[in-house]
Amino acid sequence: MADDVLTRHVSHEDDGRAVDRARMRRGLWMQRGGQASFNALSWAGFLFLWLPIFILIFYSFNDSRQLNEFRGFTLQWYQNIFDNVAGSNVQFSTGLMMQAFRNSLMVSLTATIIATIIGTMVALSLARGRFPGRRYIDSLLFLPVVIPEITQGVSLAMFFQLVFEFMRRVDGVAWNYGFTTIIIGHVAFNISYVAIVVRARLANMNPRLEEAAYDLGANGWQTFWRITFPQILPGVMAGALLAFTLSLDDYVVTFFNNGPGSTTLPIFVYGMLKTTVTPEINAISTLMLVLSAVIVVFSLVMQRNLMGHR
Amino acid sequence: MVAGLKRALRKHNAFILSLPALFWLLVFFITPLLLVLVLSFMSRDITGRGTLPFTFEQYERVFTTFRPVFVSSINIALISTVVCLLIGYPLAFYIKTRRSDAVRNLALFLVILPFWTNFLVRTYAWRVILGQSGPVNTTLLSLGLVDEPVIFLNTQFAVIVGMVYTFLPFMVLPIYASVERFDFRQVEAARDLGANDWHTFWRVVLPQTMPGVVAGCILVFIPAIGAFITPDLLGGRDGFMIGNLITRQYKGTGNVPLGAAASMVLMGAVMLSLLVYIRFTARQER
Amino acid sequence: MRKVLTLFTLLALMGMALPLMAQDEEAAETPEPVIEWECPEGFAGQTLNVWNWATYIGETTISTFEELCGVSVVYDVYDSNEALIARLRQGNPGYDVAFPGEYAIAILVRDGLLEQIDTGAIPNYENIDEQWLGLYFDPDEEYSVPYLWGTFGVAYNVNVVEEPITSWEQVWAHEGAVVWVDDPRSILGIGLLLLGYDPNSDDRDEIFEAAEYILANSGNVVAFAADDGQAQLARGDADIALEYSGDVFQIIADCECDDFVYVLPDEGSIADVAAMVLLKDAPNPELALVFMDYILDPGVMSLIVMDVLYPTTNRAAIESGFIPDEILNNPVIFPSSEIQERLFLLEDVGEAEQAYNDAWDEILIFGGN
Repeated sequence: MADDVLTRHVSHEDDGRAVDRARMRRGLWMQRGGQASFNALSWAGFLFLWLPIFILIFYSFNDSRQLNEFRGFTLQWYQNIFDNVAGSNVQFSTGLMMQAFRNSLMVSLTATIIATIIGTMVALSLARGRFPGRRYIDSLLFLPVVIPEITQGVSLAMFFQLVFEFMRRVDGVAWNYGFTTIIIGHVAFNISYVAIVVRARLANMNPRLEEAAYDLGANGWQTFWRITFPQILPGVMAGALLAFTLSLDDYVVTFFNNGPGSTTLPIFVYGMLKTTVTPEINAISTLMLVLSAVIVVFSLVMQRNLMGHR
Repeated sequence: MVAGLKRALRKHNAFILSLPALFWLLVFFITPLLLVLVLSFMSRDITGRGTLPFTFEQYERVFTTFRPVFVSSINIALISTVVCLLIGYPLAFYIKTRRSDAVRNLALFLVILPFWTNFLVRTYAWRVILGQSGPVNTTLLSLGLVDEPVIFLNTQFAVIVGMVYTFLPFMVLPIYASVERFDFRQVEAARDLGANDWHTFWRVVLPQTMPGVVAGCILVFIPAIGAFITPDLLGGRDGFMIGNLITRQYKGTGNVPLGAAASMVLMGAVMLSLLVYIRFTARQER
Repeated sequence: MRKVLTLFTLLALMGMALPLMAQDEEAAETPEPVIEWECPEGFAGQTLNVWNWATYIGETTISTFEELCGVSVVYDVYDSNEALIARLRQGNPGYDVAFPGEYAIAILVRDGLLEQIDTGAIPNYENIDEQWLGLYFDPDEEYSVPYLWGTFGVAYNVNVVEEPITSWEQVWAHEGAVVWVDDPRSILGIGLLLLGYDPNSDDRDEIFEAAEYILANSGNVVAFAADDGQAQLARGDADIALEYSGDVFQIIADCECDDFVYVLPDEGSIADVAAMVLLKDAPNPELALVFMDYILDPGVMSLIVMDVLYPTTNRAAIESGFIPDEILNNPVIFPSSEIQERLFLLEDVGEAEQAYNDAWDEILIFGGN
């Protein structure tokens, strides 16, 4: 969703906007000093969003184990992370953390790819098809968005438990929680997000183009790849990015459905936050912030370039 | 003729395209929910797992013993939603009214970026900030505003701060989307007709941005009421929420059917608030 | 960490006016632990899945085992006996070895979730102190291999809590933030004990009476922490934390300060013993036994004790001379026999398990709302 707004902004051409803004400026808030307090309120909003991040970064360079004093600049905590010597906690190992990070990437990428394909298909189907029961599929798609995550995570875990028990009885096969169960759960909630974003894009698209392609003799497959797909690509990308973000950050569904060795980064970080008090956490957090900022900027630039060529 | 046939085929194809999603959601989403529904009507055995006979006992307990937790969870979620709205609405307007595209995109980016960083890490940051030896208390103490550290952590206040922080982008973005569509010439028209600022806002601006406001409130309220990590990390005993109680029933040697019943009630509450939303939007469209 | 402990010892020694020199030399002579254990042939390339408590193993324990055997270890953690039991009841998610506490072992045995262990296949089994073998949860030594033990007590910040704590009553009466561990059996066990009941009561009325007593005395409790109360204490967000001994000693060692003290109140408290068990449907039972044997090596165990600061059940490790005296002779880390008399073990309470659960729910609900 987040990205959709941004996308629309960058992509859409809008001639009335300058006029709007000029009028706006003279309009609502401008008189009687309302502007100043309005701006101050907004800046306070930005400050609120960024304060925790600045504080984490600040403390990650603080040369003291205590939080209430600043003793000067140090890179010690970063050094410790790379040297694997943080506190007396075995969980706090760079190796284990990198493993969790790799697991997270694997899970998120797989879930994103599956969810993007399935979600785009259903979005196309709902936007172009006129079949009975369409409305029901439509509401079904909204369910994962509106049902609390914890209910999803818990119910899926119980479902798998039953399936596993059944398989053990019938087949003697010991199936278990692991990457597969996590990915299945992530796909289940991500299909909806992808479908919603792609549908928003399809709604803005002119269906006549497809009709024209058909009338000119293109088959369904050709029409899709040559006409439809390029047009909805920004939507698909935005949906995929959203799915990836949600999957990468998911704790709840993963927590209830993970197994041995399938510890993802959020699960790892949670365990770390709950059991360690060393300042290395601040350094790790800062590194993670920088990393995600780089990923976000990179993907935005990518997206803009992609759309620039369309 | 040929084109017509192809079109007919396409319409059929359209349903086939829905099948994978339909399969996935029915098997891995609806079936599990139905399982939980059945379980919520079961008794528990000595290990806390579901067993026969069927009973309403769990729901009875949810509505009696658990009620205070539900009430305080709804409170926390509502307050968080309102605070998000109070911060998010002006923020969305601020972003929209920036003059250059670059500044506007930057502002939007500044709202979204924290949302793309690890949620647990952001919540942990508040644990540091609100702690007894954290920067807030240090500042208050050094300014002489308080004599001893204020206990912020392990309170409902801390949970609300954490929730507002986490869900603010969910509020800003839908409002921004509807503000973006708003035609500011209407403001001028209203003023020309003699409306004052307050009137203009209340009668013209707010009604037209209402869909964004409602969507934002829903998007904040739903995850807030079911949250369990934010209260777990920040709330302590005072900020204990329904999500924590449910998690406990599944995670520990808890009462699994009771957890199932509580999550069904939670889902029901969310559905109810959505019905209100649908009613509301239906009235808007009329 | 060791610097601090040495400092403590030195201060203690000065107080006792003992000949400092001789003691000093002895302390300096504590040799680095040597691992003599050799991995049997034939396991290279295999995988072992270990499931343990957080902060409950040495920093290098796992990596050394991987090196010695050429295997890879998948290592995950849980934060309570209850979490472990609940997950195993759903079917073993794929682990070989876990480290449940005593009453958890009894429950797991009762529910048929453990495999029998052939102790003959574990040469180092004989290193375990007799005291810890054949206890109620495993009278015939079939299912468990004792690992570490510990106590449940009171950790507090001496800068805020002025009077030394010797009684649970002082904890209840403290004006300031207190953190309890989210552990129904331990906390309710203390309640039962103070009311004069059996801490392992299976009487629902007694359990609920204890819950009432606990609730009435919980006005100062700010959080029920899941195995991380020590972190809140260390950050200054709590003045007192009810916690497991080793967890507290770890933060005392980490903070390099003398702000924190751990005590066992006079009325008595809970002791726990954790043992290694072989889980039902374990993917690699042979390697699991090899791992247990490795853990029981005196050198390996000494390194674990020096990191986690829990007392070990391993007599050979205690007698190996690897563990510094300041740890071994600390009466709170390794409780003296006098203190041990005031400690009791939690037992399997059978059907009353759900009564503890219900009582705990009420404490959680009515405390905060």
